Amino acid sequence: MAVLEIRDARKSFFATRALDGLSLALREGELLGLLGPNGAGKTTLIRAIAGRVRLDSGTVALFGHTLAAGARRADLGVVPQENALYPLLTARENLETFGRLNGLEGKRLRERTAWALEWTGLADRARTLVRAFSGGMKRRLNLACGVLHEPRLVLLDEPTVGVDPQSREKIYDMLGGLRQGGASLLLTTHYLEEAEARCERIVVVDHGRAVAAGTLAELVDHAGLSGRLVRLRLDRAAAAPPAGFRSEGDPAVLTATIRDVGAELPGLLARVRDAGLGVRDLEVRSASLQSVFLQLTGRDLRE
Amino acid sequence: MIGLLVRSAWVQLSRDRAAQVLSFIVPIVFFSVFAVIFGGGTTVDRTSRLRVPVVDESRTERSQALIRALEADSALRVNVVVPPDARGPGRAGEPFTRALAEEWVRRGNAAVALVLPVGIEWSIMSFAQGERVPAILLSDPSDPVASRLVGGLLQRAALRVAASGGADLQLGPGSPAERMMPVPFEEERVLGRKRQSPMIAFYAAGIAVMFIMFAAAGAGGALIEETESGTLERVLTSGLGMNGLLLAKWLSLTSFACAQIVVMFMWGMVAFRLPLLAHLPGFAVMTVTTAAAAAAFGLVLATLSRTRQQLSGLANLLVLGLNAIGGSMFPRFLMSETLQQISLVGFNAWALDGYLKVFWREAPLAALAPQVGALLGFTALFLFLARRFARRWETA
Repeated sequence: MAVLEIRDARKSFFATRALDGLSLALREGELLGLLGPNGAGKTTLIRAIAGRVRLDSGTVALFGHTLAAGARRADLGVVPQENALYPLLTARENLETFGRLNGLEGKRLRERTAWALEWTGLADRARTLVRAFSGGMKRRLNLACGVLHEPRLVLLDEPTVGVDPQSREKIYDMLGGLRQGGASLLLTTHYLEEAEARCERIVVVDHGRAVAAGTLAELVDHAGLSGRLVRLRLDRAAAAPPAGFRSEGDPAVLTATIRDVGAELPGLLARVRDAGLGVRDLEVRSASLQSVFLQLTGRDLRE
Repeated sequence: MIGLLVRSAWVQLSRDRAAQVLSFIVPIVFFSVFAVIFGGGTTVDRTSRLRVPVVDESRTERSQALIRALEADSALRVNVVVPPDARGPGRAGEPFTRALAEEWVRRGNAAVALVLPVGIEWSIMSFAQGERVPAILLSDPSDPVASRLVGGLLQRAALRVAASGGADLQLGPGSPAERMMPVPFEEERVLGRKRQSPMIAFYAAGIAVMFIMFAAAGAGGALIEETESGTLERVLTSGLGMNGLLLAKWLSLTSFACAQIVVMFMWGMVAFRLPLLAHLPGFAVMTVTTAAAAAAFGLVLATLSRTRQQLSGLANLLVLGLNAIGGSMFPRFLMSETLQQISLVGFNAWALDGYLKVFWREAPLAALAPQVGALLGFTALFLFLARRFARRWETA
């Protein structure tokens, strides 16, 4: 059963179509990455799932139940992109406030608050005002406030934006802990290498639609980038690229795309040698999510 | 380079509406308000309309001639009987007695009342040796100008009576200068007899009301900050509806405002002997209702404004404007009646009237009904407006 299922979601704000028939599904225990250029409809989608946007048509189903906008979503946790915290409250007070707002009380609230302080590494700063926290500390607390009530589905909107690599690692460790606890995660990010490394599946959203979905390999196939990129640095500039190669600016660098490395690479190298050129360096790599993303969404600026 | 920076500053000002409001609109509003109050620009001079209940205990030809002379004075509106359009105590057409006139002054329906006691007829333009019966001016010392004005106009009326042959000039030898008054009078304070500083209550209320309006507007601005920080979205996502959110904000702002007023009046009690403890029930009623209205007012401003800058401009304009005409800076009873009526469009004028009733007129709780009712009405209106304006934060 899908934890979250969006079907044909449509939403317009005046003349702007924010969602234009978007569908996606999130499986239980999965970490699903939601990628898209600015203005693609990601935030509207997150808000629709959270019940803060009323769809013009289409449905949002959580745990098999179709929910109207505004209906309470007890099993849902939302971690917004902004550090949505009260700066003049301490870390503990923030956790207690959002815990209460999400239905925690008494002993359970105390237990979860203590857990969150340990989980975020902020136990020794529990009584410190949030305004005195670093960006990374606020990010961790922001995450904790969204999952304190142990939701089974967590929406994370750019959870690592603006933090250093150490804090980013810590945040992904925390997300791993949530998944071990059985939570399913939907994450939006502009850090493509993070999505590539951390997400099991990725949905690419553009113009309010899901333009591709699947594992990285599936996306690469979908984008027509399933070959391997071969890149040669020569000992001197080539007057003209040998057959099968292309030059991308620097005449001392040749590139080619092949499907079978073992069968095709020796022939390529032989053509270089026959042209009287020497090879200084050789790189063979598969298509990155970056190249897939640009292939699917284009290179035009959106804002 | 300097010219470039000057031009840049002007361009930025031309795009900052809040700064424009503060720079140009607020000063014009203030200038206009005070021009109307002091310049009599759009209203009739207050003195031409000063209401004076007159009690004729003498009931002689001379006392009636004096009353006729007072009635002829364009600066006064003399009433020997309760006028039909008045909202003061007594039935319409009922002759004023000393007790009734005193009640009119006590309740604020008139700043001063004139009593012409038995024997006054022998005092008018009589400068002979011997005891002269004085006229009595029943006064509300919160308006120190009114009693002196009426005292002076009383002299002019007596001279007119004499000029028309209504009195014989009896000038005794060697009369001292103070005996040369056409008609002697004594001022009798109806209110505030025991108070050292009768206006303390007025200023405590005026300043408190003005600053709880500022504070409520500022604290209401937390909504804007919470919108920008995402906290509001997070709170709304938790399932707490907009009604619950606004109710929580309103209750917190109301309690802040109550605390502000209490601190202000306690300071008045400690430092200026404001009789707070003697008026606790009325103070409590007025404080809660005033704080509730101010908090709702702050919510309206916060929900109406999109940015902190907008809120700041709007708050300065409305708070300062309403307080200028509402009586926090200049007592309403010294304004023209027209302006007094206009100022009732602001809840703060009702709040100040209520505090004055409690601390100055020592009115019973029931007498606060109009002010409490108006403040509750304003509160309901403001909450309704805030709820309407807050729709933009609801589910899109």
